[in-house]
Amino acid sequence: MQGVNRRPIIQVANVTIGHEGETLLENLCFEVYEGEIFAVLGGSGCGKSTLLKHLIGLMLPQTGHITIDGIQITGCNEEALRQVQQRIGVLFQSGALFGSMTIADNVALPIRQYTVLPEEAITTLVRMKLHQVNLNGYETYLPSELSGGMKKRAGLARAIALSPKILFFDEPSAGLDPILAAELDHLIVHINATLGTTMVIVTHDLQSIFTVAQRVIVLDRVTKSIIAHGNPLQLRDESTDPFVRGFFHRQPL
Amino acid sequence: MQTSIACGRCSAELVKTADHMMTVRLHGDIDASTAAALLHDLVPRISEPHCAHIAVDFSGILRQSDWSTLVGLELKKTAVRIGAVFTATGVSAYYSRFFQEIPITDPHPLPPQHADTALTRFGAAILKLGSDLVLMVRFVGSMCLAVGSLVRTPKNLRIDDTFTAMQRIGVDALPIVGLISFLLGLIMAFMAAVQLRMFGANIYVASLVSLAMTRELGPIMTAIIVAGRSGSAFAAEIGTMKISDEIDALTTMGFEPVEFLVMPKLIAAAIVVPLLVLYADLLGIFGGLVVGVGMLDLTAASYIAQTLKTIEVFDVFWGVGKAGIFAVLITWIGCFRGFQVRGGAAAVGAATTSAVVSGIFLIILADSVFAVILRYWG
Repeated sequence: MQGVNRRPIIQVANVTIGHEGETLLENLCFEVYEGEIFAVLGGSGCGKSTLLKHLIGLMLPQTGHITIDGIQITGCNEEALRQVQQRIGVLFQSGALFGSMTIADNVALPIRQYTVLPEEAITTLVRMKLHQVNLNGYETYLPSELSGGMKKRAGLARAIALSPKILFFDEPSAGLDPILAAELDHLIVHINATLGTTMVIVTHDLQSIFTVAQRVIVLDRVTKSIIAHGNPLQLRDESTDPFVRGFFHRQPL
Repeated sequence: MQTSIACGRCSAELVKTADHMMTVRLHGDIDASTAAALLHDLVPRISEPHCAHIAVDFSGILRQSDWSTLVGLELKKTAVRIGAVFTATGVSAYYSRFFQEIPITDPHPLPPQHADTALTRFGAAILKLGSDLVLMVRFVGSMCLAVGSLVRTPKNLRIDDTFTAMQRIGVDALPIVGLISFLLGLIMAFMAAVQLRMFGANIYVASLVSLAMTRELGPIMTAIIVAGRSGSAFAAEIGTMKISDEIDALTTMGFEPVEFLVMPKLIAAAIVVPLLVLYADLLGIFGGLVVGVGMLDLTAASYIAQTLKTIEVFDVFWGVGKAGIFAVLITWIGCFRGFQVRGGAAAVGAATTSAVVSGIFLIILADSVFAVILRYWG
């Protein structure tokens, strides 16, 4: 964990989340530090993806506060939320590319919206972003003409378009073959190392957790809370909790 | 000669020496907004055509990022354009390869597009129409096969889905069909009254409204409403299933998608649309009655008597029968457009629009055919 300075960039304080009436997770408290790769783990249906939606400001928690890069996004006004959203990038599970636009236009969309760069410079910047995710030459393709892994990488190029301080990933390796998944992991580590981007990854892909994550939290559906946090390798070797052991050793309970 | 430019937290220092060499030293922190401002100021200054060499020094940049590299690449582009040599110094290891690997000019220039002439567009439209027709006929074929297999094994019909479809197509449409037919009857009676009053022929308002509603307007209006409400829904539902691979899932599980998805809708529509038409006829006649009694001093009894005298059982059956055909056409084209969907969300939208437009077209076309048949047969 060298190079990680301990300034918290995401603070989650006493947050309870859920859908109308039922709660999924109660009283969550954790921090993500600037420049680290942080993973949120947990079994299916424990509320990982819902937590992600809260962290990126798509849903409001029932109680508690979430602070991102110094701005409290719970109960702030639209303007402040927009500011935060310019500093974060999100890679959705399916890539979430707009089917009617070319790859270049998909990546250029946030750049055109939030900067005043001339069109020529935008073309160069888009080329740089696609180069960073190894998709150079695919500018004029439509999303439907790309494979699943390429769509994901194009989604990543769009997520890093504005050089965000924090990147969120929802199940980055879902639907990718092992080689593509490893390539994506490599890309995540690479971007983190070269640009210092903080990464928050929601996943249950063990292999990728051990390769990329520096710190993890494990969520539990039954107790609706965080049952473990720390370094994934340490948790695998030292945890005594049956669920955590089962999770990291890939064993049935 | 030395000039400097400052933009927020970053600045650039331009030094021009006698041997036509321009050195640009960048300092500070470059982000999205300063990159734009810096480019705006820098590019015109280094665009002088007699610059033979442009050297950009990045060593003063606090934190090299995509934004600082973007400024460098844009300066390189300018250098290439004016025919100058470009060098970059002090670039971090990660970004130095960008200067070699990112193409400055378009690597894949698009082939020059031939301007579409009216003739080529007409040709393309005809070809599309031709392939569309082939697909349509093929879809009719698979619908016939599905009907055949249902006749052999009726228990394969998805009864629950059929009832749900009946509710969606029929029961849920009652308010709008009722309202429109009532107003249609009202308006028709009102317009007719203005003319017929001059001849003292008020009572024939009843004849006109009842005949027009049962033979033509009841079936047509109901069918158009059903095409707008349900035809579009069929296309959107099946289209979304298509792009999310649900249709493929059905096929792999051994279901015939047409039998599974289209038959319940087809049977439901063929049953409830004629019933909707009867309901529309009644409300249209009731609308006429309101005008007759309210404005034309007719009694309700005489209005109803005149109505019954005018319309024959044949007229009602003719209208209802047409409605059955319209129902089949609407379901057929709605489902067909759904199965045609390829690609993403926009394709579903296009299919929905197309289902309504071609649905209405088919309804009018079929109605004209019926009018011709009636003219020679009736």
